[in-house]
Amino acid sequence: MSTSTPPAAPTAKKNPAVDAVARSAARDRVLLGIAAPVLAIVAAIVISSLVFLASGENPFRAYGIMADYGHYSDSQVWIINKAVPYYLSALAVAVGFRMNLFNIGVDGQYRLAAFAAAAVGGAVALPGALQIILLIVIAMLVGAVWSGIAGLLRTTRGVSEVITTIMLNSIAASVIGYFLQDGRLAVKDGNLLHTTFLPESSHFFSFATHPKPVEGFVVIAVVAGALYWFLINRTRFGFDLRAVGASEPAAEASGVSVKRMVVISMLLSGAAAGLVGMPTLLGESFQYGTDFPAGIGFTGIAIALLGRNHPVGMGFGALLWAFLDRTGSRLEFEGYAQEIVGVIQGVIVLCVVIAYEVVRRYGLRLQQRKVGEELAVLARTGDGTADNSDKPEVTA
Amino acid sequence: MRRVIRVVAAATATACLALTATACGQSFAEANRATHAGVGLAFDIGGRDDHSFNEAAARGTEDARKHLGVNVKMLTAKNGETEADREQRLTSFAEAGYNPVIGVGFAYSQSVQNVAKDFPDTTFGVVDAVPTGKNVDAMVFAEHEGSYLAGVAAALKSRTHKVGFIGGVNNALIQKFQAGFEQGVRDTDPRAKVVSQYLYPNNDKGFNDPAAAKAKAQGMLDSGIDVIYSAAGQSGAGSIEAISKVKGAWAIGVDSDQYRQPGLARYKDHILTSVVKNVDVAVFDLIKSCEQHKPLTGIHTYDLKHGGVSLATSGGFIKDIQPQIDAARKKIIEGRVKVKETPQP
Repeated sequence: MSTSTPPAAPTAKKNPAVDAVARSAARDRVLLGIAAPVLAIVAAIVISSLVFLASGENPFRAYGIMADYGHYSDSQVWIINKAVPYYLSALAVAVGFRMNLFNIGVDGQYRLAAFAAAAVGGAVALPGALQIILLIVIAMLVGAVWSGIAGLLRTTRGVSEVITTIMLNSIAASVIGYFLQDGRLAVKDGNLLHTTFLPESSHFFSFATHPKPVEGFVVIAVVAGALYWFLINRTRFGFDLRAVGASEPAAEASGVSVKRMVVISMLLSGAAAGLVGMPTLLGESFQYGTDFPAGIGFTGIAIALLGRNHPVGMGFGALLWAFLDRTGSRLEFEGYAQEIVGVIQGVIVLCVVIAYEVVRRYGLRLQQRKVGEELAVLARTGDGTADNSDKPEVTA
Repeated sequence: MRRVIRVVAAATATACLALTATACGQSFAEANRATHAGVGLAFDIGGRDDHSFNEAAARGTEDARKHLGVNVKMLTAKNGETEADREQRLTSFAEAGYNPVIGVGFAYSQSVQNVAKDFPDTTFGVVDAVPTGKNVDAMVFAEHEGSYLAGVAAALKSRTHKVGFIGGVNNALIQKFQAGFEQGVRDTDPRAKVVSQYLYPNNDKGFNDPAAAKAKAQGMLDSGIDVIYSAAGQSGAGSIEAISKVKGAWAIGVDSDQYRQPGLARYKDHILTSVVKNVDVAVFDLIKSCEQHKPLTGIHTYDLKHGGVSLATSGGFIKDIQPQIDAARKKIIEGRVKVKETPQP
């Protein structure tokens, strides 16, 4: 690791003292990078254990149950299938987060999108993969339009997207409620109302695993994650997005149209949200009914925070969340309180957010001290003209 | 360097996914197959103590515990559940050897159907839904017939000739309550006005949001409505509370005899009657049949004729109108009045 400091190399020949400082800074950076997640994990385990103890239960027995139940193959398949919508939802939220937009409306967006796709899918039957592509495109379009409303209101009228997206959630629920009635777009099936079943060609493929299959939508989730990474880190658009997120006036001054960025990223966020309901619709229920899952949009916010908006981090976050869902229900079966897993999930998110912030601040202080030492060394050796702009940055 | 770390991280994640996806281990069921453990009861949201629907099912298992000596385990759904969560709950019961496994509420329709296939030797029951399966007992109720009688009582007791209906969630099941109630009111008092409102268009939260029901009832009372029938599970407690504050106003309860609910004792002088859904009887019947190794399967309809639904008389508030109610009941049982299952515009 200590050899990875090319910026400091030119001065190194002249000044071994500066080289040593730079080398230790690089080491610090790696240590700090590891410190944040480790700190978060340790804190989460300690606090969760305290919660278990406070409720009069043995935490180690609980962890044992969770680990044991989670390692069976049916649990693993369940966890992956459950994590896919979570991950897509986190992606949708993260697109907004990267430029300081808070899209709380993923919930309404994916439900309306899934409902629209289900309504169209029940009415038309295209051959082969065309049907699936059509439904996914419709879902993404509807999701994009629904969140685009919030984007437009923010740029034209200055209404906070936090308010509009929350309200659009309610409106989406009411719109679905209106159309999901017998004689409108739904059929009555016992005491359930749902759209007509999708034709066979709409069924997404799945991987045959034991004992239940893993849904093929996991592939779409991985592809979406890769696209997200590419878009944010490797394109001009992604750079503008991050620039606006870091400082709106600075981005505006350097020629980025902030309004345009707001609308586009809300559209993208909504399009990603449109995918959230698809694994359920195309792989499991094949209709949109009164029992269609709700609330995944809010879980996505927690997972985006947990994964620090990073595509791989959110993947782990989604899997962890699904693991806790799965094993938490088991805990309830074993006699623990049902609410305890909700508490653990909340504790983990808080620990991650706080740990990263603490480490970031510590890193900044450390960096300031290092710079001071470096300057002192340079002053002592009389080489005041050395290039100081190459100081290694501490990023937490 | 950062790129290397990223690639390594991505590779690790992919490997983890691939490893878990191949799932080479055995499943939980294969490792832990248990025998007869008792009755598994899976509640819909609201939980056991909703003073209403779930409570009625729990009462059935209590009776079974007392009279048949069976062990009972209960689990409750959370808000915002998916099909996978419900299936896991039912599977947990079946794996642990619980038999029968009963899903309380129509939300369990699909999950019971799916899980029942995996456990052919276990009997599954579901209340308010009609999933198919050789080992499935579907228990459905004629809520519209009971609600019709509530409509008769409301029309006769209202002084303002304005009555109200509050539904928890606007779904097919609750519309049956609304349809029966409206028809009962109209057939009894053509001049009467019925206002029907729902707490949520399609969010299950409507069954455990007493605050929303309280506000809705308050609005109805302010507009001169003096009898309100609430079919909203746990939320109903909220509207009953609001009604109890107004002199001369009546609440009509649902599912359990709410006059007798200890949690609602403070308001019982305002609970005119309740449309009782004898979920307890249905649940008890199923448990008993399993204990006798002749498990019930198929669709079982509990209607007015077979005592599956009835109008509670506790408190004696409807004693004076009992003849009219009995006459209406007779008409339904004899088929002279056909009660609609969907609301008429």
